[in-house]
Amino acid sequence: MKVHFARSGAVLRIKLCGDMDEYTAPEARRACDRAIEENPTARQIIINLADVAFMDSTGIGFLIGRYKKAKSGGMTVYVESPNFAADKVLSVSGIYSLIPRV
Amino acid sequence: MVKNYLKLQFYSLPCNQAFARDAVAAFCVDLNPSLSVLSDIKTAVSEAVTNCTVHAYRDAPGMITVECEIEDASLHIKVSDTGRGIDDVEKAVQPFFTTLPDDERSGMGFTIMQTFMDEFKVDSVRGEGTVVYMTKQLNPEVENVR
Repeated sequence: MKVHFARSGAVLRIKLCGDMDEYTAPEARRACDRAIEENPTARQIIINLADVAFMDSTGIGFLIGRYKKAKSGGMTVYVESPNFAADKVLSVSGIYSLIPRV
Repeated sequence: MVKNYLKLQFYSLPCNQAFARDAVAAFCVDLNPSLSVLSDIKTAVSEAVTNCTVHAYRDAPGMITVECEIEDASLHIKVSDTGRGIDDVEKAVQPFFTTLPDDERSGMGFTIMQTFMDEFKVDSVRGEGTVVYMTKQLNPEVENVR
């Protein structure tokens, strides 16, 4: 899984590309956490899922983990553009009440 | 009439998860399932295989067996391991239940299998292993014709 990030003002946008599962999640976690740590003055984090072709419940744990890390730094987290399959997994979990979709 | 049947056996390494779900999806694609049904199947298989990798064989890798059978327009899937087993199945299938909260586990694996598939059952014996049975109806839908 590839992780790209870009900063624009107070917004840190993290774009995930590839499959999100038990195999790919560890590297994605490290890359995202590094991006969050390198941008302590960001206020909003938008995690873009448009290019995540597959995601199982590993993605829920991944997002909750980043939410906790961001919250401890005073940041809010949003999810953007999940495909229909990822959206179904996220909807079942109720995670949008914690990490809204923009 | 002979029912089409597939049996996969592989080591419980995380790198095999994509192979397992893609193989099951490829097996049933001849029945022309909709994209959403195919996606549901891949997600449920991924959850079942992840459970084997993360929980059943937590201490040491072992073999995972995935069997599929097509009966009329139904896909029956059986995912089995010979790992540690589940102490309390009734508790384990509850949403958000996890024995590994510090590992960023959502505890939603069984809930997703139940929600995404039409039939779902778990048999487990502590110290002997776990078998997950799932069935999905593969009725072709209009979206494939567009």
